[in-house]
Amino acid sequence: MTTLTSRPGRRRPARLAPWEERPSPAGQLGKGTIVTLIVLAVLGPLYTIVLTSLSPAATVNRAGGLVLVPDGITLEAYRQIFSDTVVSRAVLVSTGVTLAGTLISTGVSVLGAYSLSRPGSFLHRPLLFSILLMFVFFPGIIPVYLMVSGLGLKDSYWSLILPTAVSAFNVVVLRSFFMNIPGEVLDSARIDGAGEWRILWRIVLPMSKAVTAVVSMFYAVGYWNAWFNAMLYIDDTRRWPLALILRQYVVDSNPLPAATAGVTGDAPPTLAIKMAIVVIAVLPALIIYPFVQRHFTKGVIVGAVKG
Amino acid sequence: MGVMTARPINVESPPQRDEHKLTWRAKLRRDRSLLLMNLPMLLLVLAFWWVPALGNIIAFQDYNPYTGGVLGSPVIGFTNFALLFQDPQFLRAMLNTLSITAFQLVFYFPVPIMLALLLHSIVSARLRAFVQGVVYMPYFFSWVLVVAIFQQMFGGAGLLAQLLRERGHEGVDWMTNSDTFILLITTQTIWKDAGWGAIIFLAALSTIDPNLYEAAAVDGARRWRRLWHITLPGLRPVIVLLLILRLGDALNVGFEQFMLQRSAVGSGASEVFDTFVYWSGLRTGDLGYGAAAGLFKGLVGLLLILAANRMAHALGERGVYSRS
Repeated sequence: MTTLTSRPGRRRPARLAPWEERPSPAGQLGKGTIVTLIVLAVLGPLYTIVLTSLSPAATVNRAGGLVLVPDGITLEAYRQIFSDTVVSRAVLVSTGVTLAGTLISTGVSVLGAYSLSRPGSFLHRPLLFSILLMFVFFPGIIPVYLMVSGLGLKDSYWSLILPTAVSAFNVVVLRSFFMNIPGEVLDSARIDGAGEWRILWRIVLPMSKAVTAVVSMFYAVGYWNAWFNAMLYIDDTRRWPLALILRQYVVDSNPLPAATAGVTGDAPPTLAIKMAIVVIAVLPALIIYPFVQRHFTKGVIVGAVKG
Repeated sequence: MGVMTARPINVESPPQRDEHKLTWRAKLRRDRSLLLMNLPMLLLVLAFWWVPALGNIIAFQDYNPYTGGVLGSPVIGFTNFALLFQDPQFLRAMLNTLSITAFQLVFYFPVPIMLALLLHSIVSARLRAFVQGVVYMPYFFSWVLVVAIFQQMFGGAGLLAQLLRERGHEGVDWMTNSDTFILLITTQTIWKDAGWGAIIFLAALSTIDPNLYEAAAVDGARRWRRLWHITLPGLRPVIVLLLILRLGDALNVGFEQFMLQRSAVGSGASEVFDTFVYWSGLRTGDLGYGAAAGLFKGLVGLLLILAANRMAHALGERGVYSRS
């Protein structure tokens, strides 16, 4: 684990080096085809899903399923979804759990990582060890389940947050970043009389904005995507997060509640509604993705992984 | 479970300074703010790691939450574990888990490497950034979403079946076919994770000295020879390390992916360790039995990781962790 700041390394020149042979046209064509196919394999499904969710009933019926060629655009499916309580409530639950969970996880992890960044402090080794143990052993689904229900957290939103609130990986990433902040910076603050809280808040955190942002994004994605914990702990359908709705109505194709399914003739077909739910589930990832993507190739992740 | 985690490849503590001069009281007073900062994390780890880890004691009990609880249930020693090995469903879960690991070692593991080589060979920086952005994206989708998307593409009412029927062929339903399930989940894993998995190989590729390529080219080595003699040896340490890590993780093939598709293809093909723990423990209500299966998996997994790490050290790599 070394640095988490961006390290450009050796930039490859955008053009061929003089000693490189010119690629053959056949080779270029082959490579171009493969790259195009790969991009299509990711974007193709997303394209047809988004398009189907936006298509009027007639278009979906004519296509007999997913729509590949646009023919009229309507927001009817989304209007239907949000006029009904089932999906809109699930979106609220997922949003709330994601926001609260991310805040708690990031806060706890930053504090914890900072407290573990000082070798030689009181109980440093056992506390660090107990975090590292989380990498090599998982206590098991059943004991964790018994603990959660023993604490009375079943059907509580806390059951979606607390059991997964600390990710050892994220704590270690933050800790290794904090440890690379030059000691002189911290020492001079200490000489000026700053306590640990002040140092963390005024010096360490402002220097660690990028890594903290990426860690909180990882937590956020985790909370938004989590399905299994909700399935285990939330029986009350009114408290279901979006992942459970997605499973129930889209994957398992259980009928949507009457209000959403639409009984009138001009209501959107269920497929459009299903696809609209998929789009809503994928949207947050698509929205925040561009903002953090640049950290992936260089910097945080690579620094954390390469050591 | 649920929250995304990955494994850092190297976790080490820095050298310790000599602090023996201070009494523990003085240290406690000096570090009380640090301890206070640690407290929330410590409480969470205690509640959701340590207590459950010790709660595995129910694996050795005929556990009944209503009459006895953890303290009052009768201790039956290793009976649960002995029963596990006579349970055909458990043996099937073990077999499935290991075959999936083996299959994906052959058909998934090389994909991120090849993808990294392909991405690295794209000359235009803008095009490369675009393709990278696209292939990393599915890593951030949930398994529910990935299964839903695959169902719309390859399910009985999916796009593929629809296109086939339009052309007068018979439709296909890849999502409920237990014979091809292993292919299906490997394809899903490639679609979701291969792009993200390429990052570490791209990082390794960027550390190979370009002068090596130039020198080889001057000596007359063509493209493929340079790949063989420079690129692959440059990637070797990362490949060996990740291979060992994957072996150490052999019992983990993913969980939600299988839970979500278990009802569609049946438990014969889709039962793995984690789903077995869930169904045998929480669904049929024999919590002690399920906990025994979970503990077995956890302990064997721990041994595998320690063995893999030792192997990494023996091969001169740094391993998951190293002694400080």
